[in-house]
Amino acid sequence: MSVPLDGNAIAGALGELFAVDVSVARLECGGCGMEGVVAEVVVYIDAPGVVARCRACDNVLFRLVRAPDRAWLDLRGVAYLRLRTTST
Amino acid sequence: MARAAVLRGLSWRVATVVGVRDETAAGRTIVFELPGWPGHAAGQHVDVRLTAPDGYSTQRSYSIASAPGGDLVELTVERLPDGEVSPYLTQVLSVGDQIELRGPIGGWFVWDDASPDPVLLIAGGSGVVPLAAMVRARFAVGSSAPFRLLYSVRDPASLLFGAELDHYQRTDLSFGVHLAFTRTAPADVPRPVGRIDAAFLTDATAGGPFSAPDAPAVFACGPTGFVEAVANLVVAAGHEARRIKTERFGPSGSQR
Repeated sequence: MSVPLDGNAIAGALGELFAVDVSVARLECGGCGMEGVVAEVVVYIDAPGVVARCRACDNVLFRLVRAPDRAWLDLRGVAYLRLRTTST
Repeated sequence: MARAAVLRGLSWRVATVVGVRDETAAGRTIVFELPGWPGHAAGQHVDVRLTAPDGYSTQRSYSIASAPGGDLVELTVERLPDGEVSPYLTQVLSVGDQIELRGPIGGWFVWDDASPDPVLLIAGGSGVVPLAAMVRARFAVGSSAPFRLLYSVRDPASLLFGAELDHYQRTDLSFGVHLAFTRTAPADVPRPVGRIDAAFLTDATAGGPFSAPDAPAVFACGPTGFVEAVANLVVAAGHEARRIKTERFGPSGSQR
């Protein structure tokens, strides 16, 4: 049985790919327009990859699949990601 | 935002076991030495990776139990009967052994030790671990933020950090613990065995700034079903969703 977790659970997998902590980024669901934080979306990690869904409308926000030397990140369900950066 | 929130090039590092401590029959604390550890915020987790001689590799996430500070990081792991990683961590791993670990991870489910706001912690089983890190951090930095921990646990023998939490609440009136035993309760506990429900929440948040009008920061951690249930209770009690942070882990032990 697949158990839903929080986006927080994949902060490590995202941290491997990005220079900033994507788990604290805000996003808007491309399906229903709800705004939220990556750490709070619904995440399934026991699929062949990671599937993240909107907590409000169940839309697939993004999918992440890893191979030893590659990562596929499909972000088609996300309208935007707003990342915190250090000021320049 | 916590200073450890920004990760740069999160990569695996080698951690050396420098101590082990049995907490319960199934729970063990493992103390790792991590040279160059950048420091963490209370509530963060790490990923642990185990690799077999044939190259098979698997990883799990575990919450950090210790307060921030120094090169030592403690993980408290509860052994799952059919687990793949937790039996190794709790029964095989010994002082001197090395494993791969990466972190600190996750800047969302963290307590800001500079905040004076009241904090309501709600734990289910081993979900108490990251919340214990917040309690330890509170005492380590000498914060006077009012804290209350509601801790749901199967029976007295499964209670993690029981003596330490009791010590804290005896020495500081602004920290309190309320236990909900779900299967077997000690003889001296008047409340009948049962899960955290609306009545328990009302009783356990009385006598302090932990009700909805006080807008405490709420952190709930435990198995997915537990977190769903208590998050609904807290919202039904009038707390704003934006003040509630949750961390779910699967009953399969796939996480923490």
